[in-house]
Amino acid sequence: MGIKELWHRLGSPRWFFEMSRRWPWIFGGLALLLLLSGTLWGLAFAPADYQQGNSFRIMYIHVPTSLVAQSAYIVMGVAGFMLLVWRMKLADMVLSAIVPFGMSMTALSLFTGAVWGRPTWGAWWVWDARTTSMLVLLFLYFGVYALRQAIPRQATAGRACAVLALVGTINIPIIKYSVDWWLTLHQPASFTLTEAPSMPMVMWMPLLVNVLGVYCLFGANLLGRLRLEILKRERSTQWVRDVVLSGRT
Amino acid sequence: MSFDSFAEFLAMGGHGLYVWLAYAATIVVVLANVLSLRLARKRFLREALAVVRRKETAQAAATEANS
Amino acid sequence: MKLFYGQLRREFIVMFESLEEVANPLVFLFLGITLFALATGGGVDALRDYAPAIIWVLVLLANLLSLEGLFRRDYEDGTLEQVVLLAQPGFLPILAKITAHWLFSGLAMTILAPVAALILFLPGSALPVLVTTLLVGTPALSLIGSVGAALTVGLRRGGVLLALLVLPLYVPVLIFGAGAVLQQMGGMDTAGQIYWLLVISMVSLTVTPFAVQAALKVALEQS
Repeated sequence: MGIKELWHRLGSPRWFFEMSRRWPWIFGGLALLLLLSGTLWGLAFAPADYQQGNSFRIMYIHVPTSLVAQSAYIVMGVAGFMLLVWRMKLADMVLSAIVPFGMSMTALSLFTGAVWGRPTWGAWWVWDARTTSMLVLLFLYFGVYALRQAIPRQATAGRACAVLALVGTINIPIIKYSVDWWLTLHQPASFTLTEAPSMPMVMWMPLLVNVLGVYCLFGANLLGRLRLEILKRERSTQWVRDVVLSGRT
Repeated sequence: MSFDSFAEFLAMGGHGLYVWLAYAATIVVVLANVLSLRLARKRFLREALAVVRRKETAQAAATEANS
Repeated sequence: MKLFYGQLRREFIVMFESLEEVANPLVFLFLGITLFALATGGGVDALRDYAPAIIWVLVLLANLLSLEGLFRRDYEDGTLEQVVLLAQPGFLPILAKITAHWLFSGLAMTILAPVAALILFLPGSALPVLVTTLLVGTPALSLIGSVGAALTVGLRRGGVLLALLVLPLYVPVLIFGAGAVLQQMGGMDTAGQIYWLLVISMVSLTVTPFAVQAALKVALEQS
């Protein structure tokens, strides 16, 4: 199937729904596998960090969730772009499907960051570059959520959120740069909670596994919510009625 | 294994509270996400099925009335 | 260009008709400063170090107040469609509206900044930087804020939602703006920040009118 045909097909939520039947399960299974092994490895088998001791093991959650939180928003922005420019219905649904998981990952990243910071550096919270941009990201997610709730009409809400997500995505690098530049200036002893440049492989391998696992989890959750959203929005069509009746969802 | 005993594993060299707090929060959040999705799906399917059934009986009644 | 100036003239007429509305954000700015003075005991030491932060944050918030009404009037009397949909190119009247907004809020606050600096005991040497950052940064505030205003026009309780949507996007401007003044007070060079503010304003100028246009089209759909 060529790109053009794929593009055309993507305009049909029904085609996507039928094609993606197995996907949530595949991604979910992969996620489970990866996260279980990565977490076990990181918790029990990786050596303790000689500076931080065992608290560094929180990194195996903190880093993956931070990465997904940011990527998810960018996917929202891209979906917004596709909705506005090509009126792709599927893009609208992707946008609304991402918000819950994206927001929870952002919140989790902030929480685990705080929990990591307390035993390691003595403070629950620091206004450093990373935590501050993550907090702003949380506000950006909340904005998309709040805007959707505030607009009663489905189609309008979708496109309004698309504009907002797109503007937010364009702003993310600017926000990150400005926060990074300014706050590391303010706090020269900044605690960078991410990978020290020289981490032995036996320490970052489980991290890689967990990162992949969380991305698979994101994929599974997104696909699950997306498919439900498709059913909801197309509920008045015959094919959805057939699907509901047959129970093969 | 980086730990000599399970007790040591739990204690995490004194950082046990924080490590397990973080991991527990993660499990809660992930489970909440998965469960909320399942719940929403079940609810939708239930409602949609009810609507479809209602329509079918209405249709059946209509065709009966016409014949 | 006639499109631009025509709209601009219309904006001026409306503004002059209700000058109290125009004054609101400015009054808010000084009211806020007063609150800070009261809350901190008003001492020179207490206020001086925070003067840049206080002024900049209040400028952000005051901007939000006036942004709310940016499209509301036209939306309510139905002329918004003409402005947005029928004008060719559509972004010119929008740009005119934003310009008018900036003239009466951002620029006005920049002109009043020396007074604010005085009552907050900002060192005189930092004043030029304060005025420069405000001059260069407030256009970005009007531009970015207008996207939020367009997205929330016609919504009940749009005001709070507007703040929620726009303030995160204001973060870079705040960081560079307040940061520059603080740098100046610390005796360091501030050219970098001012350039960044300029960049943000320029980028906003090129991008936001189209975002506003898209957002207004979306908003008008639902009426």
